[in-house]
Amino acid sequence: MNRVDNLVRMANQIAAFYQSMHDREEGLQGTFSHIRRSWPPGMRTALLDHIDHHGAEGLDPFVLEAITANRVEFTPRASATPRP
Amino acid sequence: MPMMTEIDYGTPPSASTRQVSLTIDGMEVSVPEGTSIMRAAAVAGVGVPKLCATDSMDAFGSCRLCLVQVEGRRGFPASCTTPVEAGMKVSTQNDKLADLRRGVMELYISDHPLDCLTCAANGDCELQDMAGAVGLREVRYGYEGDNHLGMAKDPSNPYFTFDPAKCIVCSRCVRACDEIQGTLALTIDGRGFASKVSAGQTADSFMESECVSCGACVQACPTASLMENTVIKAGTPDREVTTTCAYCGVGCSFNAEIRGSEVVRMTPNKDGHANHGHSCVKGRFAWGYATHADRITKPMIRQKITDPWQEVSWDEAIGYAASEFKRLQSTYGRDSVGAISSSRCTNEETYLMQKLVRAAFGNNNIDTCARVCHSPTGYGLKQTMGESAGTQDFDSVRQTDVVFVIGANPTDGHPVFASHMKQRLREGARLIVADPRQIDLVRSPHIEADYHLKLRPGTNVALLTALAHVIVTEGLVAEEFVTSRCEVPSFEHWREFVARPEHSPEATADITGVPAAEIRGAARLYATGGNAAIYYGLGVTEHSQGSTAVIGIANLAMATGNIGREGVGVNPLRGQNNVQGSCDMGSFPHEFPGYRHVLDNAVRGSFEAEWGVTLDAEPGLRIPNMFDQAIAGAFKGLYLEGEDIAQSDPDTQHVTASLQAMECIVVQDIFLNETAKFAHVFLPGSSFLEKNGTFTNAERRISPVRKVMEPLGGKEDWEVTVALSNALGYPMHYKHPSEIMDEIARLTPTFAGVSYEKIDRMGSIQWPCNAEAPDGTPVMHEAVFVRGKGRFLPTEYIATEERVNGKYPLILTTGRILSQYNVGAQTRRTANVDWHEEDRLEIHPHDAEERGIREGEWVGIVSRAGETTLRATITERVQPGVVYTTFHHPESGANVITTDNSDWATNCPEYKVTAVQVMPVFGTSEWQQRFHQFSDQQLQLLQQRVPAKAAATTR
Repeated sequence: MNRVDNLVRMANQIAAFYQSMHDREEGLQGTFSHIRRSWPPGMRTALLDHIDHHGAEGLDPFVLEAITANRVEFTPRASATPRP
Repeated sequence: MPMMTEIDYGTPPSASTRQVSLTIDGMEVSVPEGTSIMRAAAVAGVGVPKLCATDSMDAFGSCRLCLVQVEGRRGFPASCTTPVEAGMKVSTQNDKLADLRRGVMELYISDHPLDCLTCAANGDCELQDMAGAVGLREVRYGYEGDNHLGMAKDPSNPYFTFDPAKCIVCSRCVRACDEIQGTLALTIDGRGFASKVSAGQTADSFMESECVSCGACVQACPTASLMENTVIKAGTPDREVTTTCAYCGVGCSFNAEIRGSEVVRMTPNKDGHANHGHSCVKGRFAWGYATHADRITKPMIRQKITDPWQEVSWDEAIGYAASEFKRLQSTYGRDSVGAISSSRCTNEETYLMQKLVRAAFGNNNIDTCARVCHSPTGYGLKQTMGESAGTQDFDSVRQTDVVFVIGANPTDGHPVFASHMKQRLREGARLIVADPRQIDLVRSPHIEADYHLKLRPGTNVALLTALAHVIVTEGLVAEEFVTSRCEVPSFEHWREFVARPEHSPEATADITGVPAAEIRGAARLYATGGNAAIYYGLGVTEHSQGSTAVIGIANLAMATGNIGREGVGVNPLRGQNNVQGSCDMGSFPHEFPGYRHVLDNAVRGSFEAEWGVTLDAEPGLRIPNMFDQAIAGAFKGLYLEGEDIAQSDPDTQHVTASLQAMECIVVQDIFLNETAKFAHVFLPGSSFLEKNGTFTNAERRISPVRKVMEPLGGKEDWEVTVALSNALGYPMHYKHPSEIMDEIARLTPTFAGVSYEKIDRMGSIQWPCNAEAPDGTPVMHEAVFVRGKGRFLPTEYIATEERVNGKYPLILTTGRILSQYNVGAQTRRTANVDWHEEDRLEIHPHDAEERGIREGEWVGIVSRAGETTLRATITERVQPGVVYTTFHHPESGANVITTDNSDWATNCPEYKVTAVQVMPVFGTSEWQQRFHQFSDQQLQLLQQRVPAKAAATTR
């Protein structure tokens, strides 16, 4: 499994938990927040690149919606030194 | 027998709150009702002679040495079995009593070898002391009569020798095995003069018996009949240092008994708050690894892993490591390096590791081995209750009415706590076990589980939700608790969720494999049986839904009101000694010490102010992220302390490929472990006997680790990290680990009241310890949850992607065994290998027969990740369709088979579920052949290491 496929799988698994929340908005926020708070910038950038340039292939629409709604906060700020 | 520096009160304390006053030898004494005369006398400072009595066990009344006289009563009652009464007037010493005692002693001594000067217990023997105490001057019976002096010794146990000639048949060993350990391996065989201590009636020796070598019998023996071999060899110790065991998460307190600079024995500390004087085979006996010949005590470096090692000075090794990390960061970026600490490290060491990464590396690429064990516990309990820790102290089990063990094997993984739990179960507490295997606790002497929910591996969440379904739909919810203590909307949503018909035991029986009636019975018992406590382990966390299962456990406890008082709670049994502590100390890449997120500006600001450096506000790489990034070419340097990822982490071939892709691996360890075979710098670590610090056990108890001997490599581990940080350009100035703890206390609200002075004074402290709880917190969430109100979360069962199919039709699950510890680096270098010299594959008779597998034969185990071979053990402990193994020996390659599947929330690997096929084989697997080749090559490179002077000349 390549790196992006693995990221997509992990994001989908996170969404699978939050999709069972009673309040859909809470689930979307939970999905975004969980990824934002636990993934380093490089992984978030790679997922955004997959969304922007590869049509978010394989990504659960719930994840896509969660990230799109919080795109600015999700996007890593430019780093002073190169990040992987 | 321990060094006799502790007062032995003869019988256990009474729990009564009512005081009774009496007179002993003319002195007024007041003691709790139910106290024995013997104990009351001891409280008053009067030592009544005794042999069969000791305060760790109930009175037995067999030796007749402790006779006393009570005014107005006939005869001479045994003071150990006679309770005090108000107004009693007791004489412990007069001519008649002295005559009686001398008579008893004469009988004992007439059948005892008079070899005191050459006896291993000389000077440390209760029989010898009692002979003196009663004034024994002659033995009128002579020594020529029938006796037991010619009986053969039993040296079968590698750690102690049983010499029946020195046995006085006081039954202390038998009672210790029964009452304290709960194995009931020993008995008094025969009657009258033929009575003798026997390790079971069918076994010829201790080693062949059911004895688990916990040492309780040796501890209890008043003579040299059961004696540690180290004492027989080295003589009695002359001083002791109280410290904390470096094995499992129970965190037993031990007295390291020393002669010169040599540890002679480790005896469990009676005042130890976690273990109360008990021990297991690992902590009590398996400490010889600390001075094993394999210890590497000189720093070494090499440019390539195909080069021989070069011994160098500390300065050169540290300087080389620092220059390499700087080179990598300058070439590949700030985030190209990171560190992994271990739960085998002290709190102070793990704190320094994360500080080095955050302050000197300038990133948050710090992770710890809790990633691969209890990270879901941290997540699940934080989400629901607000703190990433278990809720109780171990002693809480004494108030428990229903014990629910799920995904844990306490008798093997946490043996000393298991003994305490078994004591409560023998008193009548009920037991529910949820485990795919029939663990020993399911049925052991005087204990039988009310329910053994033998679920299919990977279905914990379905089971927990089904239990919740019963509680909700049968009206068993603790409504008042939920209303007052929890977020009611979250509860209402959860109630609606679990009540759905698809979550009923009947609907999920096909998933879990557990009959619905059993789940219903277990749920009713848990909800209505009184104080109910859940104990869980890695069988809960190491799944793709590990965090969901932890949440499910918290939901159950909150819904039934089993939180916030003694006897109840949610209790994660931590695998290694300092899992709790390493997590507390900010070893995760997204959290500072005290579980506070790096995104939190105020928290980050407090660390920046104390450390004088700007800190990264982004989460760093988790261990599996590090591996992926290494293979992608972006992660190049790794500093590891005490952790052996090449053996312990899943999908070994992926791990070793990532190690080979890095340019600088620095391993700080006491042995050249599997990971060190891929390293470029080796920094000698110090064993727990060689350093100061603290460990925090599964009950949040911070206990002292005290230096018993000088570090063999010249530095304590914390000093190595300090040196590396200094060389990296971020100075650290600590002179003692107590200063590190002071800094932790300054920066971490839950540790604000912790100091070495307080730990020394109290023996140990359970955090939170701060202004609100200056003496610590045995039970959490008493009045309110840490997060305010308890939060319920839905727990939808999502089957793991790791599914059986025609190619891989069996599920492999992994676990531990009593005598070995984790990757075995320590225990494999002790006589514990006598109990477990290899990892075996357990397979059900049906599956074995279907495949033509016979007992003890080699089988190949294949998964989509890899293949290895083990010898088969055919047993009904495992259910059909499930196979099981341990991972204590590197050549077994258990983790060659486990996959990269992991918990959705934390990436904790799914060690417990791997789809495999098992077939008979005639040779080792290709991986094992490569492993042996590589390992042999690395050991040769170690043997060929260039000594320091020659290395300096060469360069």
